[in-house]
Parts: sequence; structure tokens; C-alpha cells
Amino acid sequence: MSENVAVIGVGHSKFGMRKDVSIPELAWEAIKPALKSANVEQKDIDFFVVGNAGMWSSEAAIPALMAEYADLAPKGSMRVEAACATGNAAIRVAYTAIQSGEADVVLVLGIEKMQESPNPNVIELIGRFGSYFWEFENFGLTFPGYYALHATAYMAKYGATEEDFAKIAVKNHYYGAKNPLAQFQKEIDVETALKSPYVAWPFKLFDCSPITDGSACIILASEEVAKEVDDKIWLISQGVGTGTANLSRREEFTSLASARYAAEIAYRKAGIDVDAPYKHLDGANVHDCFTAAEVIAYEDLRFAKPGEGVQLIRDEQTYIGGRIPVNIDGGLKAKGHPIGATGVSQAVEAYKQLLSKAEPGRQADIKNGRWLAHNVGGTGHYTYITIYGLDKK
Amino acid sequence: MKELKEIVEKNIAEFGFPVVQDEKSNALQWVDLRELRLRYFICIENIKPFFEGLREGKLMATKCKECGRLFFPPQKDCPSCMDSEVEWVELKKEGVLETLTVLFVRPPSFSAYDPYTVAIAKLDDGVRITGWLKGDPRSVRPGQRVKVEVSRREKEGYLMYEIVPL
Repeated sequence: MSENVAVIGVGHSKFGMRKDVSIPELAWEAIKPALKSANVEQKDIDFFVVGNAGMWSSEAAIPALMAEYADLAPKGSMRVEAACATGNAAIRVAYTAIQSGEADVVLVLGIEKMQESPNPNVIELIGRFGSYFWEFENFGLTFPGYYALHATAYMAKYGATEEDFAKIAVKNHYYGAKNPLAQFQKEIDVETALKSPYVAWPFKLFDCSPITDGSACIILASEEVAKEVDDKIWLISQGVGTGTANLSRREEFTSLASARYAAEIAYRKAGIDVDAPYKHLDGANVHDCFTAAEVIAYEDLRFAKPGEGVQLIRDEQTYIGGRIPVNIDGGLKAKGHPIGATGVSQAVEAYKQLLSKAEPGRQADIKNGRWLAHNVGGTGHYTYITIYGLDKK
Repeated sequence: MKELKEIVEKNIAEFGFPVVQDEKSNALQWVDLRELRLRYFICIENIKPFFEGLREGKLMATKCKECGRLFFPPQKDCPSCMDSEVEWVELKKEGVLETLTVLFVRPPSFSAYDPYTVAIAKLDDGVRITGWLKGDPRSVRPGQRVKVEVSRREKEGYLMYEIVPL
């Protein structure tokens, strides 16, 4: 058994339109560097977990496909699905497998190849991630639509504007431009974001994360194995929460109850002061599938009080040098959002940031040695929050 | 899509395979010919009174006989007191608009419709309801009074409820 679990290696493909590779080829782009940086071989892997939402792509049995392609057979495996939180959910399976003593070294792969289907089909399939009968079948909600319902409520309650939300996109594109693995490596201004066509009012094209192909891989290890490795970060704590499927079964639309619940658990387990958690963190990756979702995440994670999250972006407090840098890899908005890979990609970013390996212009100051990853599936259906650290506790 | 079909047929004839070259990357793609159409059969046997209510212009919910908890959308079982004895009650069909969005980019299965507005309202009975909002979304605001009306859907012709500003 190992109470302490470390990330000892990482790999990350280029995110974007990856028509140039097949599913196993795309996965290998992340698996190979993860194994190499961890200095382990396939024979050292006790178990592997694949985060993949699927439906839009051809291959359903990706663990077996990778056992074949990447020489991981006959080790045990599992495919995990938790909508857009699939990646961090896959990490949870690996984390608990090591903590329980069932495994010492676990490979976690997050992969999605969404561009195997035409965009309209992907829009339709993601829309079905809500409450199928009561939201999709009769009312045709789409994913931008579910989050737009939150944005409208937030604007009405706190006086936020479409321009405020555009500032999130501007920030995330600013950092995406400095991330060579991001889907969009181009800065934008507020005017460009505001001029883009409406997708689901009040959201426009530039409020939405894109449809992305990509893979990310991390190797998790027990303390016994990790102590031999120089470059590593530790999983300090995780918190997981679940919300209702149907939005109309919730009490409010300016916050995600599953995220507040998960945050409280993650902070408590990490011994982090819930009144000002940002003072204990060097930065965070939050689930900005839509711009307003990032503002709501600031509040659910207590980086700001309810209604004051929007002020953080107005004051540029989530840029490097501000109260807490957020999504300085470009976030889902500019880096891209390959559903199953996103949570694993956030772990890769925590590793790069904490070990000061991020590219020039997007490296945070590491003083506390702690980084937070917030990964939301559905519209708050699942929230997985993981806190990573340079030290064990 | 018709154009794609023609290219694929041409490439099968000329090269021997159902392939196309991706326009942006020039990478060769196999075009899957095993198209799958999905249609589910969803059981509504235990919430039949809801649909019978709509036929009479009523909005029905379930209420636990034991603890009085009200459920909308209606559900057969009460997890609060573990008692499955629920009764059907009629909702008042008036309440307050809480939020809305206008769907410009629609799923292909809704492509027959023009952009539509989806809203959530809190009914005076205490439960919330999601539905399409009737009328111009620019003239409504969260916080205003709304009612629920049963109507036939324009394209498919079946009965459903919609949220109407008061």
C-alpha cells in the first residue's frame, strides 16, 4: 500500500485537427514520452486506465487496442467515462488503485478523436449529455446551450456582460499562443470575440471551446517507486462531486454544486484554508469549456466570493502576476478540449508548471509548490478536483 | 454530403478504396461506409398520467404520499422516505422565469426548426420546468412572470408544453 502517489512521467500530443494520425497513433504520441520521462518500460506497468468518451470515433475498445499497439498486453486495464471529466476520472481510478496496494505503477491515457465525425454530429452527440428525455429529446439543448443558461443567470444576477466573458477568451488565447501544443496559437482581442456569430445566446463562437483531437498520458507511481525518480509531482488530494442530470432539478444556475462539494473535499484533504485557497496555490487549470464556466469556477473554487469572479477577469487577476494564474496553457478554450484527454492534459500542465518546465511567457512563479486542476463533466454532472504538489503533503 | 458520396464512389472506381484526401492536411482518410442510425425506445409506462394530463391541457407531477415531496419531471419512486406510493397532482402552471438561451447552432435532428429559445422557470408550486419559450426572447428577462401552456409542436405535431411570458 502507498498512501502517497506521484506523477513520474508525462506525455502530450499536439491538440487540434489531427487528420494526420489514427487513434492508436495519436495515443502513442503521448504514451511514448510519458514512458520515457518516467524512465519505465511497458513491463513495469501494473495497470492502465484509458479515459475516452467516444461515440464520435470508430474504436470503442481503446484499452485493448493500445494493449495491442503499445505492447501493454496482458496487463489489466479499464476504460473510464465521466463526460468531459473523463480524464481526471481516469486519474482517480489509477490513484486509488495505487493507494489500495493493487498496483505500483499505473499508466493513464486520455484520448479523444472527435474529428472522425462531422461537426454537426458531434454537436448532436454532446447535446445528448444532459438529461436525454427532458432536455434533449423535446427541447434540443446543445452543450453551449446548457452553459448559456448559466451565463444568462449569472449576467442577470451579478450584472456581468458579454464583454466580460470575452475577456476570458482573450486571456486564454493569449496563453494558448505561447503553448506549442495548443489548437489555437493565436491571440485575439475583445472586439474579435464580440463580433463572432452567436452559437447559443449569450455565447458566441469565441465563448466556446473547440472540437478537438488529442491525447495526454501520465504515469502514476507509489512512493516506493517514485522515490527513485527525480522529476515528479505528488497527488496531494482529490475531491469528486456529482450533480443532477436535469438542470431544472437544481436550485441555482450561477454555481455548480458538484464543484463546490468537490472543492471543499479536495481543500480539506490537502489542509488548505477554504477562505483564501489561492494563497496556497501557484496556479490552476479550470474547466473553461465556455468562458462563463471559468468565471463560475473562480467562485466555486473560492478564488473569489459569489458574484465577484467576474471582477477577477476585469482586473486581470488570473493572468501570471495576478491573484492566481488560471489556464495559462490556453485552457480548453485555446488549447482545445479533446473530451477524454482534457483532465489528463491538466495533470501534464501541473507537472510542467510545478517543475518549472513550461514554455517562455507562460511559466508561473512557483512559491507554494501547489497546483489545482478542476475538471467538470456535463454541466456540473461530475466534478473532479485534483491538487498536485512538489512535496508529498 | 452528396458531394462526398460522389467523390467516394469515384475513388472506389479509380483507386479501389472508399477514400478521400483531407482538404486541410492532405492526409488520406478512409470513409466509413457502415453508417449507423440510432433511435431509442424509452419507457414511459409508469409516468403515463403525465402524458394523459398534457392531452387535457394539464401539467402533472408526482407527490410522495408519505413525505409530500413533489417531483417534476415526475418520477415513480420517492428516494427520501423509500416509499414508492406516489400520487399524481396538477401543477398551477405559473411561475417566474429564471434563465434562458437562444439556440442558433442546432443539433441536426432539430435542423427543421428556426433558432429556438430554451428557458427554465420556477413554478409557484416550487418545482422548476425546462421548455421552449414562446415569443421574442429579447423582450423577456429573468425574474418576470411566465405561464406554461400545452401546445402541439409545429414540425412533429405531438403535444408538449411551452413557457409563455405573462
